[in-house]
Amino acid sequence: MTIHFVVHDEGDSVGVVVVEGLKASNRINGWIMDQDRMIEFDAKSDIPIGHKLAIKPIKAGDTIIKYGVDIGRAIADIQPGEHLHVHNVKTKRW
Amino acid sequence: MGINLKTAGFEGWRRENGRMGVRNHVIILPVDDLSNAAAEAVANNIKGAMAIPHAYGRLQFGADLELHFRTLIGTGCNPNVAAVVVIGIEPGWTGRVVEGIAKSGKPVEGFAIEQNGDINTIANASRAAYKMVKHASRLKKTKADVVELWVSTKCGESDTTSGLASCPTVGNAFDKLWENGNTLVFGETSELTGGEHLVAARCRTPEIREKFMAMFDRYQRVIEANKTNDLSESQPTKGNIEGGLTTIEEKALGNIQKIGKKCLVDGVLDKAEAPTHPGLWFMDSSSAAAEMVTLCAASGYAVHFFPTGQGNVIGNPILPVIKITANPRTQRTMSEHIDVDVTGLLQKKMNMDEAGEALLDCMLRTADGELTAAELLGHREFSLTRLYESA
Repeated sequence: MTIHFVVHDEGDSVGVVVVEGLKASNRINGWIMDQDRMIEFDAKSDIPIGHKLAIKPIKAGDTIIKYGVDIGRAIADIQPGEHLHVHNVKTKRW
Repeated sequence: MGINLKTAGFEGWRRENGRMGVRNHVIILPVDDLSNAAAEAVANNIKGAMAIPHAYGRLQFGADLELHFRTLIGTGCNPNVAAVVVIGIEPGWTGRVVEGIAKSGKPVEGFAIEQNGDINTIANASRAAYKMVKHASRLKKTKADVVELWVSTKCGESDTTSGLASCPTVGNAFDKLWENGNTLVFGETSELTGGEHLVAARCRTPEIREKFMAMFDRYQRVIEANKTNDLSESQPTKGNIEGGLTTIEEKALGNIQKIGKKCLVDGVLDKAEAPTHPGLWFMDSSSAAAEMVTLCAASGYAVHFFPTGQGNVIGNPILPVIKITANPRTQRTMSEHIDVDVTGLLQKKMNMDEAGEALLDCMLRTADGELTAAELLGHREFSLTRLYESA
């Protein structure tokens, strides 16, 4: 079974796409590394390899969690399965 | 399975100061930008000698000048170097670099261009290089324990696969080397932003933690004083963003996976400063790949671990750089740059312990003389860190 995305920790808001050419509407398999558990999802955007998708509903202003740690804040609402990157998330530093 | 680091070993060159090197370079080291042409001419004359040209060395002063000398002297003293010819525009600073390298006990000679001209300088320096390459070629390799290998790390053109897999691979290997008593280093001060609390928590003593945080806070003040935006496209870089990294915090959390789960930070180093005992050191340093790897070489490290996501192609003149990637697109499109393929980690076809072992196996092969991808492709990036403007 192909793993389409990987999540560091089950508390995280995001997963990372690890295959090339992922299209919206694809049914995709995710592996949560720390708990070694699989999840299934529908991709809602075309997402390039290495880029993130939301795995939880996120509101503008919410803190994004990855590795169980704060990696920035959402500047727009993001639905599960949507592409999450510099267009909807910004640093809290600098 | 598994490499027993206590019984495994490597064959390298025992230098005059007792350190073990894994390469046997004779380098032609310019003190300043003006001496690059002569240095390159000497290396062209004498086969087996390597010039290390660079852009600086004139009108520097204060701490910036001290760093310049420390980097050049440290490069000459590195155990991967058998002997050194130093060439400068004038004899004063040339002599200072020669004296610094001479303390390591290895053969070193200096040549100044003023009152000689390039042609005589090249002739005289070529005769010295001739003897040094002859000498180096006669040196025999000897066996050494793995603990004698000094290993540095820094990642580059990182993406999300770096934090998921290639950096944790280095972390797995670092945990094992740290328990073995090796001398290790990491750095990239600005690139810990968002994860600095995690590094601080790993410092062995409150004194080390205080020094680390002082270095971190100083670097933040430099960024705050000079930034014109949130540094997006500089840190994270355009390549990082293309690879899916969104913020400096996310990049930093991936970066610090390189120090594993067990290692403690046993000390902190200024740029190009040599460690004084085994353990894991933090070096206050630039996050730019060539600058950081150049500083690691100047601190005396003999092998470097370099995880990459999008495919940084860096090498160093004297420090073999082992590249590790977990990104299947990078492995597919740039495999000639990659020494250790850990793409299997992301498909559960390899576990982290196996990835760490694959890296340690590559480290031992490299220490025994197998060339890295960067060495085969001629990557010799030598980039000096500057602290401020020249006088």
